[in-house]
Amino acid sequence: MGKETVIPFGPQHPVLPEPIHLDLVLEDETVVEAIPSIGYIHRGLEKLVEKKDFQQYTYVAERICGICSFMHGMGYCMSVESIMGVQIPERAEFLRTIWAELSRLHSHMLWLGLLADALGFESLFMHSWRLREQILDIFEETTSGRVIFSVCDIGGVRKDIDSETLKKINSILDGFEQEVSEITKVFLNDSSVILRTQGLGVLSQQAAFDLGAVGPMARASGIDIDMRKSGYAAYGRLKMEPILETAGDCYARTSVRIKEVFQSLDLIRQCIALIPEGEIKVKVMGNPKGEYFTRLEQPRGEVLYYVKANGTKFLDRVRVRTPTFANIPALLETLKGCQLADVPVLILTIDPCISCTER
Amino acid sequence: MAQQTINTISANELLAYALRLKNTNHRMVAISCTTVENGIEMSYSFDGGNDFINLRFIAGPEDEIESISSIYPYSFLYENEIKELFGVNITGITPDYKDKLYKISVKTPFNMKEGDK
Repeated sequence: MGKETVIPFGPQHPVLPEPIHLDLVLEDETVVEAIPSIGYIHRGLEKLVEKKDFQQYTYVAERICGICSFMHGMGYCMSVESIMGVQIPERAEFLRTIWAELSRLHSHMLWLGLLADALGFESLFMHSWRLREQILDIFEETTSGRVIFSVCDIGGVRKDIDSETLKKINSILDGFEQEVSEITKVFLNDSSVILRTQGLGVLSQQAAFDLGAVGPMARASGIDIDMRKSGYAAYGRLKMEPILETAGDCYARTSVRIKEVFQSLDLIRQCIALIPEGEIKVKVMGNPKGEYFTRLEQPRGEVLYYVKANGTKFLDRVRVRTPTFANIPALLETLKGCQLADVPVLILTIDPCISCTER
Repeated sequence: MAQQTINTISANELLAYALRLKNTNHRMVAISCTTVENGIEMSYSFDGGNDFINLRFIAGPEDEIESISSIYPYSFLYENEIKELFGVNITGITPDYKDKLYKISVKTPFNMKEGDK
């Protein structure tokens, strides 16, 4: 047994896009324990509910994270709508689903680029982010925003997408799909990518369940968990099955996200084919009273929103449990036994979003 | 959507309920807190596929709440967070980060009284 050494990892690290700190306890080059500490970007956004009324808080919810911005707004709105018994128009459900799946696309493309960068595969990184730009352009055209969209509102959505633009999105996605097919072959077949990801950070199916993993992290270990199956928004009217792998390693997590890119394309096309005409918003009267738990499938996995309202315009509580937070116990477990040099890639494969996690 | 239920329990029944849910393959989804007049309202949420069960009780300022990390090992992260942000006295957390999970300058920021800094 070698001498134990503690290496501080993060919050600044060339490979980490976001600030998480881990104290890595090593024996020689092998990690035996990882102790996390967070709070570098804790902004107290849940606490802000005391100062912003329930309508204004929609804008705060969208700012929890710059990647899942739309879905945070959507989850918050769905919670308030459930408390108030508001049924939003069907067209708004489809529009929300389209923007949610576009968000998943851009998040997964961003992650694929970061993975390529972590592996030192710079051209692959640039191709991934070049393709992601096409999705951001769609956001800009349909919402006027590239990061924060402000289209989701309590009672529906603020902007519509006309049929010409929907057709245009379809054709952009056709070209996008062709190009993505080319680069994903590299992610799945290139020998250097395989060497760096296969057999690394293995999380068995039982361990994934026992450690409460969610999203692609859980699905890569064979756990059939995807909140979209619960049928919220327009998902109940779409055909989809969760993407599953069984190896539970970094390669399997990559594979799940790549397949989910194509799944999102399919879901957007289904939405464009099925979206009904009609209103996009209903008028919401009064203040919410009651409480509700909403769960959605963000790109990183299941997210939970708990909203408690007292009948005034100020809420008692908004609580967000993000997928990265849920995946930290599984990450700490998979780090045990890995080599120090593999730590950055392993952390990246849970697709950590610390901004979400700390709120 | 799974049916949501909120079961009001007492703090000392928590472990027994958690064990029962574990034995029926319920996944712990989250532990949430709300500051209320007489303490902190705790909600433990569990997903059983077709149901979504929340165990609810109020933890008073002097109450000791036993950790469920012996039953749901990954609850340690939620419990450490609640201890640091809300100041709930949760005992037996494994591992207990002893107020070192969050790097924040304010003690228990979600449970501050008038005049606290």
